[in-house]
Amino acid sequence: MGVESRDARGATMSLVSTTSLTAFYGDAQALFGIDFRLEEGELIAVIGANGAGKSTFLKALTGLVKVSRESIQFDGEPVGGLPPGQIVKRGLAMVPEGRRLFPSLSVEENLLMGAFAGRLGPWTLPRLYKMFPILEQKKRLPATSLSGGQQQMVAIGRALMSNPKVLLCDELSLGLAPIIIKEIYDAMPAITAEGMSVVIVEQDVTVAQRVSRRVYCFQEGRVSLEGASDALTREQISQAYFGMIEQESHS
Amino acid sequence: MIEILIQGLLLGGLYCLFALGLSLMFGVMRLTNIAQGDFIVLAAFTAIAAASLFASHPVLAVGALFPVAFGFGYALQRYVLNGTLGKDPLPSLVVTFGLSIVIQNALLETFSADPRSLESGGLNTQSLQLAEGLSIGTLPLLIFAAAVACTFALQTLFQHTALGRAFRAVSDDKEIAELMGLDSRKVYALATGIAFLVIALAGVFQGMRTTVAPSDGPLLLLFAFQAVIIGGMGSFWGTFIGAMALGLTQQIGFRIDPGWGIWFGHLMFLGVLVVRPQGLFPKTRG
Repeated sequence: MGVESRDARGATMSLVSTTSLTAFYGDAQALFGIDFRLEEGELIAVIGANGAGKSTFLKALTGLVKVSRESIQFDGEPVGGLPPGQIVKRGLAMVPEGRRLFPSLSVEENLLMGAFAGRLGPWTLPRLYKMFPILEQKKRLPATSLSGGQQQMVAIGRALMSNPKVLLCDELSLGLAPIIIKEIYDAMPAITAEGMSVVIVEQDVTVAQRVSRRVYCFQEGRVSLEGASDALTREQISQAYFGMIEQESHS
Repeated sequence: MIEILIQGLLLGGLYCLFALGLSLMFGVMRLTNIAQGDFIVLAAFTAIAAASLFASHPVLAVGALFPVAFGFGYALQRYVLNGTLGKDPLPSLVVTFGLSIVIQNALLETFSADPRSLESGGLNTQSLQLAEGLSIGTLPLLIFAAAVACTFALQTLFQHTALGRAFRAVSDDKEIAELMGLDSRKVYALATGIAFLVIALAGVFQGMRTTVAPSDGPLLLLFAFQAVIIGGMGSFWGTFIGAMALGLTQQIGFRIDPGWGIWFGHLMFLGVLVVRPQGLFPKTRG
């Protein structure tokens, strides 16, 4: 049965697909069979409450959490559990939660680390500085001396420097002012215009729905809802988000 | 007075070479190499053996030690020490402590307990006359120059090259560095390879300047360790300054009483630990 479903996925030629993806953090199971697909040029949002498994899901895709080889297909090949370095060289890059910039590297050095994967493409230092001019002014400063929003730009830029086919963004809006969040998401069209596919993990449902084409909602390690972003109603999302419709009034 | 100052700084140059490898390995992978001193002694004995085995080309034989040292350091890290790294510093301490004992006993078996030295072609007895009644040895001056050059080279490597960027990135956040496509095991191995180049140089100079015996390692480690701690973890110029401070203090002690030099060094080290436990120029966070 597993073989059948894999063939079926292969036939649709999704850029990224997961089939019954399970993942563990130590002894605790964090993902219970995630079926997911991402098409070329798509922007998908993954939403869900804290502990729903969103970050684990991204970590599984990037190789930071070990999963079975066949459970993740990328560009027609099984990549589950490969070392992170090999996955980024195939074209799957992540903006990690909390940015995780290198504190002893300058802004420009942080960006150059992204180019380490050695993938050539449209994203270069000049191109990034054109999109985020403030970074060029501050390129010699230690990356962690910048404001939160500027650090997030560095983190996005660092991931783009590997010229990925798929960009994964974990909680871009975390700890940022709404106006900064808007500024960051305004850069998304320029990124997807190159044909890049993007997966954003987002706690803010409104933002997620606004910028994405499709939404996956996770709940306790399972997909509780999937659909086109503009077709899903508040009620549907609330139920998928919290599990019980009654809890909506508490949020 | 000026002579004490100069002699102290020249001694500091040697301590700096002892310490740079330790500083580098700690800076990149938070690994404290307890066998640092023993590796220096091992390098000295290897140089002595190579020079006598190929007596017709001693310089070439000693020169060949350096690529061997790099390869040895690389392999040691890649296949032994990488397995000891993790959140817990204990395994790496225990393994390098074990290596220290193994090296000491292997040297004792092979070369006996007799002190030996490396023939320097008269370099160790030559001196330069600076002024009336003030001359300095050519070899100590050469060692000092090598210490400055190595410190400068390592700092430049760290600050201005792609490899240095990789070293700092892996040291900052190993997981994210791997996410960028770095193989931390190889980066660590390169760092240790480079550390062993400096260790080999320190061993050759130590063998030329004085005699080496298989049991010398722990004392050399102590000087290296003191220099790194005084200077502050993670900064090469800090290590350089720390080594200078140690050399100077010891030299002042030696001048007061020949038995007081090393003791004075310890006192100063303790003083720094009390007044400024993070060292003079700390770069390392957490």
